Amino acid sequence: MEPYALTMHELHDLLVRKELSVTETLNSFLTRIETLNPRLNSYLSVLAESSLAEAGRFDRGERDLRASPLAGIPLAIKDVLCMQGTVTTCGSRILENFVPPYDGTVIARLREAGAIFLGKTNMDEFAMGSSTENSAYGVTRNPWDRERVPGGSSGGSAAAVAADLCSGSLGTDTGGSIRQPASFCGVVGLKPTYGRVSRFGLVAFASSLDQIGPITKDVEDAAVLLRAIAGHDRRDSTSVDRPVPDYRASLREPIKGLRLGIPKEYFVHGMRPEIADAVQRAINVCLQLGAEVGEVSLPHTGYGVAAYYIIAPAEACSNLARYDGVKYGLRVPDARDLIGMYRTSRSQGFGAEVKRRIMLGTYVLSAGYYDAYYTKASQARTLIRKDFLDAFDSFDALMAPVTPVPAFKIGEKSDDPLQMYLNDALTLPASLAGVPGISVPCGFSGEGLPIGLQILGPHFREDLLLRIAYQFEQATAHHLARPGSI
Amino acid sequence: MQEKISRDEVRHVAGLARLELSEREEMRLTEQMNRILEYMETLNELNTEGVPPTTHAIQLRNVFRADEVQPSLERRDTLANAPETDGVSFVVPKVI
Repeated sequence: MEPYALTMHELHDLLVRKELSVTETLNSFLTRIETLNPRLNSYLSVLAESSLAEAGRFDRGERDLRASPLAGIPLAIKDVLCMQGTVTTCGSRILENFVPPYDGTVIARLREAGAIFLGKTNMDEFAMGSSTENSAYGVTRNPWDRERVPGGSSGGSAAAVAADLCSGSLGTDTGGSIRQPASFCGVVGLKPTYGRVSRFGLVAFASSLDQIGPITKDVEDAAVLLRAIAGHDRRDSTSVDRPVPDYRASLREPIKGLRLGIPKEYFVHGMRPEIADAVQRAINVCLQLGAEVGEVSLPHTGYGVAAYYIIAPAEACSNLARYDGVKYGLRVPDARDLIGMYRTSRSQGFGAEVKRRIMLGTYVLSAGYYDAYYTKASQARTLIRKDFLDAFDSFDALMAPVTPVPAFKIGEKSDDPLQMYLNDALTLPASLAGVPGISVPCGFSGEGLPIGLQILGPHFREDLLLRIAYQFEQATAHHLARPGSI
Repeated sequence: MQEKISRDEVRHVAGLARLELSEREEMRLTEQMNRILEYMETLNELNTEGVPPTTHAIQLRNVFRADEVQPSLERRDTLANAPETDGVSFVVPKVI
């Protein structure tokens, strides 16, 4: 098997056993990227030189491949994460030339663990979107069908994993941006509990929702990658100071006796029957594995879209106020005065969706509307969060679809923002509640598009999600399927 | 249907957000924001009396650290991404 086709843990085994050199591995990826990236637009930048230099250090024995399960492993990084000396665009014109002077915490941790950064991946501008169509650098195409979107906002990362253009990758999830593209591309994506992973060096979109997480070829890889990036960081005071378990160690524990809830509100009107069927089959697999299954109600699920699309834009408009053409980013020259400079720079630097969210956020926070929109949405968030806490009184985890439909066609929803938002209905509630969620492949639609199973768990129970996902994965073969010719 | 937000309000909000909208953007945004805000009305079905708002899903209190001097970015690195500097400060167009 070509090195690019291996999972991270398979590749690491071969590297440690010297059956393969890190340089050979890198070359296998770089050749494949050269061929396929023009067709997929998954990477915005490829770090050929620095990744080969790093590979050489391992092959010459200057760095130890045994030091960590990530040593020598080529990863793709969503272009919203700051990497020292590497252009970080966030998919936006306004940051076209932005070169961070520091590493974000997750990047520093992965560097320390010996991971090799292959490049930065495409995304919806500032992570605002569900299709990567909002990237200023062109849409990423779904490796399973190039006429379709890979999902978003971490579409470049998910497509890179699905197309074997990296061993694994990092995405970020604010309202589904890891789970939804993972589901659209047939790979594993985990959104950790809010506070599990440091956000330092993650360019902020909605600070009370943003989390960084792994997108990988299988569940074991997700466990490895999460462990490497999780944990408290003094540079992010919202990161939580509690021990990081060895997620990989508990994967093989059986799920017999676990209580799995099926939230009835997640089987929404308009859902493709084949998605509900695939999830039902996944539930049957878990039953056969000895889990107990029961229906549960999360009564406020239907308010997730409205609450999220008030709260997230409100936070975004405040976070994006920093793009003023002064300290970094685009400045349109020849403005008459400071305010004029702000206005022309921001108007030319931001794309349509980002402007729309800044406008919505500014409006809902403005005098006279704050209580009607922002306070109301924040109260709805309390109710949505309580739905989960109540459900977890009776169930260990929840199983649901990720999206109501599989990957849609490029252009199909891009003219109708509300339709695009409604497509996020099944991933937003967990984000608002701060609970972790994983998407794991569970089947295919009639036209051969991947379908994801979403497993949601209590705060800080990523170990449980990974274990259920792993037991399900190992009992099925969905994760072994790869796209045909791309 | 009663308009939730008028074109004048859209222009006003754009001013607050330091955005300059073209005629076409202004029209489209007025239409789109009306549809989106109309959808937000679904929240009014909820009785939220006495429900406290949630701003963070994981509540942390009093995250303190010692007030110690730590190394920070070099001035040169801080200025490196700026559109205009004099080598010491950021340079901006005339303010007053």
